[in-house]
Amino acid sequence: MGEFQVHRVRFFAYMPAGIRCLAHSPRSARLALARTDGALEVYNFAANYFQEKGIPGHETRTTEALCWATGDRLFGAGLGGDVSEYDLEKLRVKYSLDGFGGPIWSMAADPSGTQLAVGCEDGSVKLFQVLPDKIQFERSLDRQKGRIMSLSWHPSGTRIAVGSIDLLRVFDVKSGHAIQRILVDRHPQGLYRRECVVWSVAFLSDGTIVSSDSVGKVQFWDSEKGTLLETHPVSSSAVLCLAVSEEEDSIVVGTSEGAVYQFQLLPVKWGSAESKWVRTKPFQHHTHDVRAVAHSATALISGGLDAQLVIRPLMERVHGKGYDAVLRKFTFPHRRLVSCAKKARLLLFQFPQHLELWRLGATDSAGKDGDILPVSRAPEHLLQLKSKGPEHICCSCISLCGSWIAYATTSRLHLHRVHLENGSVRVKRVSKVPKLLCSAHQLLCSADSTSLFVASDQGAVHVLKLLEPGRCGHLQTLRPNSGSAQAVYLLTASVDGDWLAAASGDWEINVYSLRHFKPHCTVPVYNCAVTALAIHPVTNNLVIAHSDQQVFEFSITDREYTTWSRKVQQHGLHKGWLERDTPITHITFNPKQPAHILLHDTYMFCILDKSLPLPDDATQLMNQTTLKQLSEKARRGCAHAFKICKKYQPLLFVDLLEEGSLVVVERPLMDIKTQLPPPVQQKKFGT
Amino acid sequence: MAVLREEFTLCGLIAGAGAGAGQGLLGLEPGPDPDRVLLTDRGRTATLYKVSDQKPLGSWSVKQDQTITCPAVCNFETGEYIAVHDDKVLRIWKDEDVNLDKVFKATLTAEVYRIHSLPHTEPLVLFKGGAVQTLDALLAAPQQEIENVISDEVIRWSEAFMETQQPVLIFTTEKNGNYFVYVQKVNPNILHKYKLEQEESSHPLSFAAYTKNNILTLLCLYSNGYVYKILMSLQHSVPEEEQILSKSLLLKTVVSDTALKGASLAILDKDHVAVLGSLDSPPNIAKECLSIWNTKFQTLQTSKELPQGTSGQLWCYGERFFLTHGKVLTVIVYKCETSSLAAAVGKLKDTQTSGMRTVSSYVNWNMLQEDDLGSPHAQQSVTAKTESKRTLRLRRNNVAKVQRDTLTVEQLLSDIKDSSQNDVEEELWQFLSNAEMSDFQATVGYIITGLVNRCKTEPTFYPRNCLVQLIQTQGLSYSLCPDLMAVALEKTDVHLLQLCLQQFPDIPEAVTCACLKAFLSIDDDNLQGTNVNLDSVISYIDITLNDQVKKQSATVQNGFSSELMEEDSCDTQLTPKPHVVDTEELCPVGPQKAALLNAILYSAYSETFLLPHLKDLSAQQVILFLRYLQYLYIKCSEKVTMDFPGMLSPTIYQIMDWMCLLLDAHFTVVVMLPEAKGLLFSLHKFVRAQARFYSELNKIEGSLQELQRTKPQKDVGLYSIEMLELV
Repeated sequence: MGEFQVHRVRFFAYMPAGIRCLAHSPRSARLALARTDGALEVYNFAANYFQEKGIPGHETRTTEALCWATGDRLFGAGLGGDVSEYDLEKLRVKYSLDGFGGPIWSMAADPSGTQLAVGCEDGSVKLFQVLPDKIQFERSLDRQKGRIMSLSWHPSGTRIAVGSIDLLRVFDVKSGHAIQRILVDRHPQGLYRRECVVWSVAFLSDGTIVSSDSVGKVQFWDSEKGTLLETHPVSSSAVLCLAVSEEEDSIVVGTSEGAVYQFQLLPVKWGSAESKWVRTKPFQHHTHDVRAVAHSATALISGGLDAQLVIRPLMERVHGKGYDAVLRKFTFPHRRLVSCAKKARLLLFQFPQHLELWRLGATDSAGKDGDILPVSRAPEHLLQLKSKGPEHICCSCISLCGSWIAYATTSRLHLHRVHLENGSVRVKRVSKVPKLLCSAHQLLCSADSTSLFVASDQGAVHVLKLLEPGRCGHLQTLRPNSGSAQAVYLLTASVDGDWLAAASGDWEINVYSLRHFKPHCTVPVYNCAVTALAIHPVTNNLVIAHSDQQVFEFSITDREYTTWSRKVQQHGLHKGWLERDTPITHITFNPKQPAHILLHDTYMFCILDKSLPLPDDATQLMNQTTLKQLSEKARRGCAHAFKICKKYQPLLFVDLLEEGSLVVVERPLMDIKTQLPPPVQQKKFGT
Repeated sequence: MAVLREEFTLCGLIAGAGAGAGQGLLGLEPGPDPDRVLLTDRGRTATLYKVSDQKPLGSWSVKQDQTITCPAVCNFETGEYIAVHDDKVLRIWKDEDVNLDKVFKATLTAEVYRIHSLPHTEPLVLFKGGAVQTLDALLAAPQQEIENVISDEVIRWSEAFMETQQPVLIFTTEKNGNYFVYVQKVNPNILHKYKLEQEESSHPLSFAAYTKNNILTLLCLYSNGYVYKILMSLQHSVPEEEQILSKSLLLKTVVSDTALKGASLAILDKDHVAVLGSLDSPPNIAKECLSIWNTKFQTLQTSKELPQGTSGQLWCYGERFFLTHGKVLTVIVYKCETSSLAAAVGKLKDTQTSGMRTVSSYVNWNMLQEDDLGSPHAQQSVTAKTESKRTLRLRRNNVAKVQRDTLTVEQLLSDIKDSSQNDVEEELWQFLSNAEMSDFQATVGYIITGLVNRCKTEPTFYPRNCLVQLIQTQGLSYSLCPDLMAVALEKTDVHLLQLCLQQFPDIPEAVTCACLKAFLSIDDDNLQGTNVNLDSVISYIDITLNDQVKKQSATVQNGFSSELMEEDSCDTQLTPKPHVVDTEELCPVGPQKAALLNAILYSAYSETFLLPHLKDLSAQQVILFLRYLQYLYIKCSEKVTMDFPGMLSPTIYQIMDWMCLLLDAHFTVVVMLPEAKGLLFSLHKFVRAQARFYSELNKIEGSLQELQRTKPQKDVGLYSIEMLELV
C-alpha cells in the first residue's frame, strides 16, 4: 500500500505562550483568549471549538483584561495603560486609547454593553462610553488608594464592586462615590503580615460579592452591610480568578496550584428554599497557575501559564453525546506554523519573532516497517531570520524550491531570496516589496516559485510576481464577487498554476482562475469553519476539511462536488473520525497515487484512499495493527479508505516529500513542560 | 463433525482378577449419575468409579469361591446396585454397604443372562432361557418357575429400551450359525421372534439398537466389516409367525476383503456410529482402532489407533467411550455434532476444537473448580454442569414422593421436638424436596436451631444426615446456628466440622482453634472410616500410596519382611507395584486428617484473635501441625505455580501465615523442645535456600527492569528517520 521513510522531526522548539485572560461571549458562542505575549485568539464554540481567528502578539502589548461588549465587539486592556478594540474582520488592533491611569489591571463592560469600567494602577476606576466606532472617556469614579486589581458590575449596572490590595470597595456608578469599604482578612495563618491581593471579584444580582484572593480564600460578602457571609479556604496559594455562570448558580475559580474548583449554589435540604454555596468539584488539569477561567452554559473553561486551554464539560448541563460532552485540551494552534520546501527538503519554522530554516537529514540505508534507519547526514540548522520591530510574525512561507522566504507581521510583508550553494547560505532581503495597504494573513508561493500569494483583508488576495535575482512586483489583486468583509486565512494553489482557492473568515471559499486573474467560482458555503484546503495536483479537485471533521472534494472544472464527495456524504463518515479532538490542519497529496489524500490533525495522520470502500460504524477505524497481522489476501477484504497512523504525536505538520518520504514535525508535550518555569511547590505525601 | 478429544485412564485392570485381561470386562454400566460408572470384572468385584476424578468411589466383592456372572447395574429408582453371582444368586446393595455377603440375597431357579436397568422403571432380568421378568415380580417370588423360551440357542447380546413408556427388551441368539432376534415387550408380555438373513461368508460380530417412533432399528456389524441396518416395528401386539428379517447395507467399514475380528459397534447419535475392532489384513499385523463413522454420508469422521490392543468391548455413556486398552480401562471423550454435508466432507469450520478446548477436563482442576463452585461437595461431573447435587436429589425425591402432601415449617419444627430420629430425617428430606420458599435461609436456620437444641438436650439424638444436608443447602452461617459446631465437636463428627469450616464464612477464632485441636488429637486410624472429603489433599497426597507405605513402615517396625504382606494386601490395590518412597516426602498425617487440617487452613481468621487461642495447643500438637505445614510448604514450593491444583487446597500464603502464627504462639515451646530441633533446622534450611533464591531473582528483576527502562529512551532524539508502512 505505502511504505514511507519518515523524517521524524522534533527540533521545532515551539513554545506556546501562557494564557493570560479569557472572555466568553454567550451571545456569539465565542471565546476570546489573550496570551502572555499579547496574542489574541478567538475560538468558535459552535464550530467544534475551532480557533477561527488569531491576532499576532506585540512586544509591548500585554493584555490583562478582555471583555466583549454589545455582543461581538472585543476590547482589551493591559499594562501599557491602553484600552484597545480589536478588529475581528481585519485581525488587528482597531484603535487604542490611553486610560491615563497607569497600567490597567482589570476591565469590565456594564450589562448593557454601553460602558466600560477600567481599573487602573493609580487606584481610579474610569468609565468609557462605547460608541459605534470608538470608545470615549466618560468620567472617573472617586479615586482611592491602592491599585484596582479587579472589578465587577452589578447586573443592574448601578454599582461596581472593586477589588484592591487588602480591601474591597463598592462604588455607586451614578454618584461615583465609594459606598462600602470591606477589609479582607489578610493573615491566613500565623503571624506573617502579607498583603492580601483581591485577584478577582464578582457582583451577584442579590447583592452578594464574591472575592478570591491571594491567601487562597473564596469569600462571599454582603455588599449592603459589608459583612462576611461565607469563607471557603480553597488553596494554600492564591486563588487567581473566578467566573460566574449566567444563572448565578455556579462559580468556577482557578488557583495558582493549577487546580480549578466549582462552587454551586445548592439548597441546604432537599426542597428547601434556603441555599448555600458549596464547593463541589475539583479539577486538576493544569500544572501551573490558572490565570483565567470562564463559565459557559455547559462547561468550565480554564487557561493557565502552561498554555493549555481546558474546556471541561459539566455533565449535568450537557444533553446528549455531542462534541461538547468531552473534555477538550488545546495546546497547539489550529494554524500551520511549519512550511516545507519539498524539492529542497527544507523546513521553515515560524516563531513569534523569528524564523528558522532547517535542512532535513538523509539516510542511505533502507529498512522495513518500524526500523529506525541510521542517519547518514544530520539535519542542519541553516538560518535564523529575526523579525525587526515589536510586532510578532503572523504568517510565513517558503517556496517549494526553497529559494524564497516570505513572512509578514501585522503591518509589513518581508521577502527574502535565499541562495543555497554547496552548503553555504546567503540571504538577500528583497528591498522593494510593494507596500500593501492592508496586512497579510496568509502567504503562499506558487509551485513554480514565480508568484507569491498574499491573503489579505476583505477577501482579497494579492498576487506578487517574484523575479530573479531577488525582485518582486505587484501583479494583481483578486477580489471575490461577493464583497466579503472578512480576511482570508487559508490559501491554496494548484500545481499547474491555473487555480487559486482562498477561504475567508466567513467560511466562504473562492476559487480564482490565475490565467485570467478573475473569480472562477464559489464553493457552496458550509456551516462550519474551514480548517484546511488543498488542490489535487492531477485532477485539480479542491479538498476541503471542516472543523466538524467533514471532508469534501470539489471539482473546480465542473464547479460541483465530485461523486466521491457525494458518496461520502451519503454514506456518512465513521463515528470515530467525527469524534476526533482536533481539526485537520493540513492536506497534501501523493502525485504517484492520485487516489490518496494525506491529512493530519494533532494526534494522527491519515491517508484517505478514495479507491477503497468507506468504513461503517461497525468496523474498526484504526485498523492498521489488525491489517498488518493479516495475510496479503485477507487485507484486501478488510481494508477501508482511512489508513490512520497515530505513532507520531502531537503533530504540528506532516507533508509528503518526493520519493516516498514523509516529514512529520512533532512537539512532545514533555518538551514544552520542561521549558516552563517551576510550578508552585506542593507538598506531596511521601516525598 | 465428530471428533475424539482427550483420553485418560480410568483404572488399571488387574490380570489376576477373574479370567484375565484378554477377555476384557464383564460389563460396564452407567452409575447413579452421568459421571459415575459401575465396572464389573470377570472375577469377583464390582467397582463404582467417578469418571471425571478417575477415582473409585466404592468397590464390592463376592466371596473367594464365587464369581460375578452378570454385570452389576444400578437401579436408578432406588439407587441400589444389583448383581448376580454364580448365575443364580441375586444381590442388591447400597452405597453404604461394605460386604456383599451381608446384603440382600435372593436365589433364583434359573440362570440369569443379564439385568437391564432403565430410568423410571423396574429393572428387567433376562434369563439365559430367554424369559424376561421385572425385578420386583421376581423378588416377590424368587423361587418361581422360569420357563425356557429358546431351545438350545445361546444369547449373544441384549439391550433394553423405553418406548412409549414401555420397556422393550431385544436380544439376539445364535444356533448353528443362524441368528435370531427376539423382541420382548414386558407389559403386556409379548414376544416376537425374527430370523436374521443368512450371510455366507461372514457372521455378525456386534449388535446395537435404538428405537424411535415405535420403530426399532438394529445395527449389525458383520465380520466382513459391513454394517447392516434392520428395521422392526414395535406396533404389532399379537405374536406372529417367525419372520425373516431383511437387512440393508448401511456402511462398509473396510475396503477390501479383510476380515474384522473382535469388533464392537456403538451408536452415538442418529447419524454416527463408532466401531472398535482389529483389521486382519494379511500383509500387516492386526491393527486395532476406534473409528467414528457417519452413516448418513458413509464417511469416516475420525479414528484412533489403539496399539496396545483391546478386548473388543466398547461402551459409550454420556459422550465418553470406555474401552480396555492394554491393561487399563481408557476413557476417550468424544464430541458428535449434527451431521451436515459440510461436516461430513470435513469442510465445516470447527469452532470448538480450534479453540483451547483441547485441555482435558480431568487435568484442568481450575475448570472443575469453577463448574462446581455452586456446590463444592457435589459429586457432580463436569459434564453435568448445570445441576448441583441438591437439586438433582431434590428432583429425584420429587419424582419418588410427589404424592405426599407438603409439610409446613411449623409442623416440621414441632416434629423435630419429639419425633424419632428417622422420622425427623424422613420429614426433613421431604421438606427440603419441596423447598422453594422465599425465605429459605431463615427457614433452614430455624430448622437447624431446632435440631441442635434437641441434640443438646437429648444426647442420643444426632440426626447426622439431616445436619449434613442442611449445611449443604449453603444457606447457613455460623451465626445462624452457633451451637452446631459445639455439638459436632462434642460428637467429634469430623465430616460435619469439615463441612462447616468450608462453608461458614464467620467462624470465631476460638471455635476454629477448638476444631484444630480436636483434629490434631484424633488418631489417624480413627479417621480411616470417616467420609471426610479428600478433594483438597488429592492433588498432593497419593492416598493409596500413603496407605501402602504406612503399612510397609509398620511391618518393618515389627521386624517382618514386608514382601509377603504386600502380596496379600495387593489384591484390591490398583497401583500395580509398590513404589519406593523417600520417607522425607511422606505426609506426617493421614489423608483424612490432612483434609481436615486443610479446612482449618482455608477458613477465615484474624491474627489478633487467633493467637491467644493457638496457645492452647499442646506441644505435641504443635509439632505435628508444624510438620504438616512444613510438608505442605515444601510440596507447594515444588510446584511451579506455587499452588496446589484443586479447590479448597490451601495456598502458599495461607500455609506461610499459619506457620508464622504457630511459631509466634509457641516460640518458647518450640525452641525448648528437643524433638522440634530437627524440624526447625530443616525448615530454616529450606526457607534460607528459598530466600537466597528469591534474592537472586530480585537482582535479575532489577536488571531486567533497567533494561526495559533504557529501551524506550533510545528513540527520544530530536531527529530520526524511521520506516513506516501503511497497509
